[in-house]
Amino acid sequence: MQEWMRWSVGDRLILLLARDVVFMKALVNTLLFALVVVPAQAFLGLGLALLVNKAVRGISLYRTVYFVPVVISMVVVAQLWGALYNEDPGVINAMLGAVTLGAIGPIDWLGDPAMALFSIMALSVWQGVGFHMIIWLAGLQVIPPMLYEAARIDGAGRWAEFRHVTWPGLRHTAVFVFVIASIQAFGLFTQVDRLTGGGPLDTTQSVIFQAYERGFGKQDVAIGSAISVVFFALVLAVTLVQRFLGRERRGAVR
Amino acid sequence: MTALRRFVRGLEWGSLSRHAVLIFFAFVFAFPLVYMAMSSLKSPAQMTSDSSSIAAFLPTGDLSLTNYEIVFEIAPVGQFLVNSLFISGVVVLAGIVVNSLAAFAIARMRWRARGLLLTIILATLILPFETIAVPLLFVVSRLPTLVFEGGTVELGEGWLNSYHVQIFPFIAQAFSIFLFVQYFRSLPVELDEAARMDGASWFTIYRRIIMPLSGPVVATVAVLTFLPMWNQYLWPLMVTQTEDIRPVMVGAAYFGQWGPFGMAYMTLVTVPVLILFIVLQRRFVESIAASSTTG
Repeated sequence: MQEWMRWSVGDRLILLLARDVVFMKALVNTLLFALVVVPAQAFLGLGLALLVNKAVRGISLYRTVYFVPVVISMVVVAQLWGALYNEDPGVINAMLGAVTLGAIGPIDWLGDPAMALFSIMALSVWQGVGFHMIIWLAGLQVIPPMLYEAARIDGAGRWAEFRHVTWPGLRHTAVFVFVIASIQAFGLFTQVDRLTGGGPLDTTQSVIFQAYERGFGKQDVAIGSAISVVFFALVLAVTLVQRFLGRERRGAVR
Repeated sequence: MTALRRFVRGLEWGSLSRHAVLIFFAFVFAFPLVYMAMSSLKSPAQMTSDSSSIAAFLPTGDLSLTNYEIVFEIAPVGQFLVNSLFISGVVVLAGIVVNSLAAFAIARMRWRARGLLLTIILATLILPFETIAVPLLFVVSRLPTLVFEGGTVELGEGWLNSYHVQIFPFIAQAFSIFLFVQYFRSLPVELDEAARMDGASWFTIYRRIIMPLSGPVVATVAVLTFLPMWNQYLWPLMVTQTEDIRPVMVGAAYFGQWGPFGMAYMTLVTVPVLILFIVLQRRFVESIAASSTTG
């Protein structure tokens, strides 16, 4: 399909990419992946940070356990979850069956086109959320305790306290978390490579997986590089949004 | 029993529900790893029959290290481990020297445009490695290399399938430079001034005064360099073709199909990282917290 387009170079290749069905699928999948994984990691990370930001017994052990997946290679994480996702007998299916009393039958997590991308999202959230928890935690700990005291004197409830003290204090952290999570999400590669190879029916193709397959697998450096440029544009767009949000915040506060 | 009752009475409802949530999440994050470690000790049949019950997370049946022995027979695992250790080790050592020197020049010496240079270096932080992987592959495949053959030295082309192609691209790291700059700036200027009076050269100040004071930041940079190098996958997958120079994560493909051998291999390559993490936990957490204030 690509052969007769070989002669074109430079900016034209991007136009050709736009007509490439597999690449467009990869682009849509990657955006969808980021759209789910980024908020999931960010908000779950915030929830965990609020949970472990209290001095109860054994709290540092909990923090350690939540953070451990972050230091493990994505290769190991992907292959391990591949085993857990096994259809029958499979650990995840067994747990699901036990919780729902058998109402939800064994699911082919990675082989079903409707489930494969979701399954990859789930393991990615599991791996990355501890990282964001630590960033939120660092943000939480620089909010002056004075503000909480003032809120309590004013009779603020828990929600009001979060809404008017915690969240505004975390605005800068929030922007950072979302940017880092987005850049990581756009880089989706290892999970796809180790688990699905882009299938089933191209439902787990990703931008970087395409760059790798074309640029390395098929030795087409030009297409691979063109895809890398599209990827760069994605990352740059996110960073510019961060800049914009950061500036707006500064203007609003002072 | 009385101790337990006292413990339960001591808990308020709020803290009880908090504990329940804490334990639930601890299970969520730990169960895959417990499964991995347990399965690595079981026979294939045992692992299969256990995987649809709670036994998947328990040391059931005959436990042995047989899987670990078999893993070394299936693939040159010892070689993979040596390769990863060598590549990561060299990058860590060279990275500490190169990045601290760059940071020293930026943080301690006065010259035009050093602020601009730092800004440019930090700007590269937004570029994930994936962006440049394919173009970089093209570049390294064309770099000149020395070929030793039968006593003569020839100039060959291409760096592919070597140790150095896995080392050089990762020595200079913007984030390491950033961490060093921050730390060096926190050291008093008077140190340099006094040494300059005594006629010390800049390099002597770097080597004899600044670096000996920089233990904590060196440790942080070492950890933050070692971890991604050990866990690396995309780049070595593209640039290595033979087993004698492949690192551990590329080697994982030999054990891709689940089963206890895969579990044994994955446990084997994860344990060093876990030990490093548990020993140096504070460094990890501090450096991540530092990254969020980069701006």
